[in-house]
Amino acid sequence: MLKVDSIETYYGQSQALFGVTLNLMEGEVVTLLGRNGMGKSTTISSIMGLTPISKGKISFLGKSIDRSPSYSIARLGIGLVPEGRQIFPTLTVRENLLATAADYTHSSSPYTLADILTIFPRLGERLNNYGNQLSGGEQQMLAIGRALMINPRLLILDEATEGLAPLVRQEIWHGLGILKAKGLAILVVDKNIQALFKIAERHYIIEKGKVVWTGTTSQLQSQPELQTQFLGV
Amino acid sequence: MLLVVEQLLNGLQFGITLFLMSAGLTLVFGIMQVINLAHGSFYMIGAYVGATVTVYTGSFLLGIAAALPASAVCGMVVEIIVLRKLYNREHLDQVLATFGLIMFFNELTRIIWGRQPLFMDVPPWLSGNIELLPGLFYPTYRLAVIGVGILVALVLWLIFSRTRIGMQIRAGASNRDMIGALGVNIKLLYTLVFGMGTALAGLAGVMAGPILAVESGMGESILILTFVVIVIGGIGSIRGAVAGALLVGLVDTMGRAFLPALFRFLFDSATADSAAASLSSMAIYILMAAILVWKPKGLFPAHS
Repeated sequence: MLKVDSIETYYGQSQALFGVTLNLMEGEVVTLLGRNGMGKSTTISSIMGLTPISKGKISFLGKSIDRSPSYSIARLGIGLVPEGRQIFPTLTVRENLLATAADYTHSSSPYTLADILTIFPRLGERLNNYGNQLSGGEQQMLAIGRALMINPRLLILDEATEGLAPLVRQEIWHGLGILKAKGLAILVVDKNIQALFKIAERHYIIEKGKVVWTGTTSQLQSQPELQTQFLGV
Repeated sequence: MLLVVEQLLNGLQFGITLFLMSAGLTLVFGIMQVINLAHGSFYMIGAYVGATVTVYTGSFLLGIAAALPASAVCGMVVEIIVLRKLYNREHLDQVLATFGLIMFFNELTRIIWGRQPLFMDVPPWLSGNIELLPGLFYPTYRLAVIGVGILVALVLWLIFSRTRIGMQIRAGASNRDMIGALGVNIKLLYTLVFGMGTALAGLAGVMAGPILAVESGMGESILILTFVVIVIGGIGSIRGAVAGALLVGLVDTMGRAFLPALFRFLFDSATADSAAASLSSMAIYILMAAILVWKPKGLFPAHS
């Protein structure tokens, strides 16, 4: 459903991506792995149209999206949970969920506020709190809920559990498990490789702006040297 | 005593006009981070269009009905043609470009309407006085201006706190990229917000028409006060615009009305008059300085 073909992206004069290629099928959970500063977040913001690419192609559901503004990419059905969560601080939890909610993909059963609270019950206690009054874990749940409320076909998570306490991480992985079971495609960046093994089918390792390895979970598990070489674990 | 109440009402009415001006400016500055010096031009456009239509049709309401869309459309066209180019530029570039717009619009109104100021009459059905307290007669028109301002403040509050578009505007103010990545066309949203702001400026202009002369350059005197209001209130905050506008309106009006009398207790009348005149014209700037010492981000900072 998502095809990223040898994209190159620059920040001003400095090149961040040197030809990243990756694919993702309907209903698949795929990870982007790699150390900090290797180009994972740039890949994601290039897909979302937030940092325009200078070479290569990106298509989603057969439509070319590499020249589209980010709002129309989102409307095709990509929900972004960005690095640092980027919750709207001056909106309440309820408003964060409702402000941008829309059924762009004409889903058969579009997400409601109640659905989000079923996946992340903890948000239910915080509905009238402002975004800047939440803990990191609550912010992440809210960021996922906010992205789900546009009824995406693909959910992209940049640093799904970074900086969160172990118990909260479990809640996030549990929530993502529910979404996977519902058939949502997920592209996820995280450092918590054991948790990723449980949920993801395939992996891409990015090093210095290029994909240096790709394969399935069992292939990655059977090559621990990859993990030491590229992931620093 | 009656004089005090009357001057309080005058201050309130002036404050309401300032609020209509500053609501739009504070939104545009708070959300788009663009300094728009040309905001006063839309006040002028509202006044000119309103005065012209009122004179032709004989109906003040039709004048208002024409002034609002005229200033909104002019605002949106300016946003699309000029301001979109400026969002990523420095404030100095924005100041220069929008200063150029002031000169453009002032010249344009001279070309269209000539150098003679237009005068609008207060419509007959608003031209009387109402006895608010025994012995206190107050012009109906000024009361109507106060009423309209309060209504606009309420409607704005409802839009911002209760509607999705209001939530999106607040969200866009804190994180432009993110709201775009969630499917909101932020360019269109900015254009709408800008048009809403210039429509409010146009409303202030057309309502000031029967009180002031409608002339080229009328926007600049009120523009400076409007900037004082949004700095006092806290840039980007509607609540701040309400508080700042009322404060500035009241302090300015009360200062001009009562400082001369107060100073006559202290000095001889010639000294008192000249000291009071200079102090009353400085009063709002002293107020601004004092508030900024106390609260450097204004009374109600938007992103606290």
